[in-house]
Amino acid sequence: MNIWIALAYLLAAVLFILGLKQLSNPRGARRGNQTAAVGMVIALLATIPLLHFTTAGIVVTILGLAIGAPVGAISARRVHMTAMPQMVAAFNGVGGGAAALVAISELLHAGTHPAFQLAFPSIFSMVVGGISFAGSAIAFAKLQGMITGTPITYAGQQVVNGLLAIAIVSLAVANLTVASQPIFFVTLLALALVLGVAFVIPIGGADMPVVISLLNAFTGLAVAASGFVLNNFALIVAGTLVGASGTLLTTLMSQAMGRSLANVLFGAFGQIQVGAGGAAATAEGKSVRAGSPEDVGTMLAYARKVIIVPGYGLAVAQGQHALKELADELEKRGVEVEYAIHPVAGRMPGHMNVLLAEANVPYEQLKEMDEINGEFPSTDVALVVGANDVVNPAAHTTPGSPIYGMPILNVDQAKNIVFMKRSMRPGFAGIDNELLYDPKTIMLFGDAKDSLTKLIAAVKAA
Amino acid sequence: MNSELLTEFTYFVLAIFVGIEVISKVPTILHTGTNAIHGIILVGAILIAANATSPLEVVLGFVAVLLATLNVVGGFVVTDRMLEMFKGRRAPAKPEKK
Repeated sequence: MNIWIALAYLLAAVLFILGLKQLSNPRGARRGNQTAAVGMVIALLATIPLLHFTTAGIVVTILGLAIGAPVGAISARRVHMTAMPQMVAAFNGVGGGAAALVAISELLHAGTHPAFQLAFPSIFSMVVGGISFAGSAIAFAKLQGMITGTPITYAGQQVVNGLLAIAIVSLAVANLTVASQPIFFVTLLALALVLGVAFVIPIGGADMPVVISLLNAFTGLAVAASGFVLNNFALIVAGTLVGASGTLLTTLMSQAMGRSLANVLFGAFGQIQVGAGGAAATAEGKSVRAGSPEDVGTMLAYARKVIIVPGYGLAVAQGQHALKELADELEKRGVEVEYAIHPVAGRMPGHMNVLLAEANVPYEQLKEMDEINGEFPSTDVALVVGANDVVNPAAHTTPGSPIYGMPILNVDQAKNIVFMKRSMRPGFAGIDNELLYDPKTIMLFGDAKDSLTKLIAAVKAA
Repeated sequence: MNSELLTEFTYFVLAIFVGIEVISKVPTILHTGTNAIHGIILVGAILIAANATSPLEVVLGFVAVLLATLNVVGGFVVTDRMLEMFKGRRAPAKPEKK
């Protein structure tokens, strides 16, 4: 490799690392993304001298770029903020697919007995990239509502997935040791795609942030492996950076839910519990206090301190602007307003922050769980908008509960609690929330956006 | 193990540590920023597409370039839109002190 190309790749790698570093501060985060983009352009330009430009090759390269760039840019621009999680999943999946195709192309080229150092990373990239592609497609379909967000399970599911994994490993070994045959690696790719589908369908919508993060790490690793195949420094370094950071993030997010990664991936969390004992029984014979928007509006207007707990329901109802308006009204009256953000609220990492930032909620008012949990006892009203499991005290009190051990927002310690919900239906985890029956809880039923609009009027009138 | 593979393996191991070190200082909400970087696979896709000779390689190369371009361009634009919303915005003046 030419020394200038190597130096350009080094510069690109430095820019990627600097870009990631700049993400550590919300003010500089956007510049960080731009820094990484500059690194990407440099890496692409530095690649040009390495190309031989066959006639057909140059045509399809330009065609691919000319179609991909506008489609990517326009769909990324146009997509609604609430549809961001599935968009992120889609862009991640195509990256994995591209890595798998690069590996296949190299394997086809390499003949029946390629060197181990080429064959091994090729197969790894193909399998992991294929899983990422198919898994992301399912994550996209679930988040888009094309297929149900609840876990799809069947008898013997783990066994089937286990057999698929064993088949993939055996075929990979055969391809490496016996002979590298197209029939082997095409079957391998097909199995990887099936495994990607099979592995994501039993995972519920609320666990999607973890899945997206994991698939992101998978794509990173597949790209790094492609780098070993092509002996390309830029691919190895950038892919590994994403793979390593994505793996760490995935682990941190599972911890934020008080569950192991294995439990998230294989627990089919949130499936409809048929005849579940303990937790469901507590619902019976308890009364709920439903309030009117006027009652709640008055309570909020005369509070000293209000903490808002947003959840996925807020995103579904598109209520972020109404929520901000309500907060503005309250602040005008001298009420202190803060937002409590649970690490796994919503459907992707940072979902609530993005949603509220869109409505111009100042970043300073968004408090992470550890930061705000101590403030609930001195809070007059905790306003829970479209969240449920992340405030369910069963995580502290009911050892048998599926969410036992999950860190939650201690909303139960606030002086008054308002739940804005469509119905009494349990949250995603499918377990009852005893907090809904607490004497200090008022339920405000209805669509979050409608209710918020009524609340604004009530606060103004108070 | 030849020296080129050894060098590549060294980059790989060091990049693991750098990746973990850098991202551990990033708050969870800003992790969206890593989504576009694996779009570097576009470099690999172009390498196979532009050097393709057989019809099969041409087809594989085309699809790979197309998918990788979607990843790079879409990834950066989506991340930019999300991070744009955190840009320097001041908290409104608090009516009373905490």
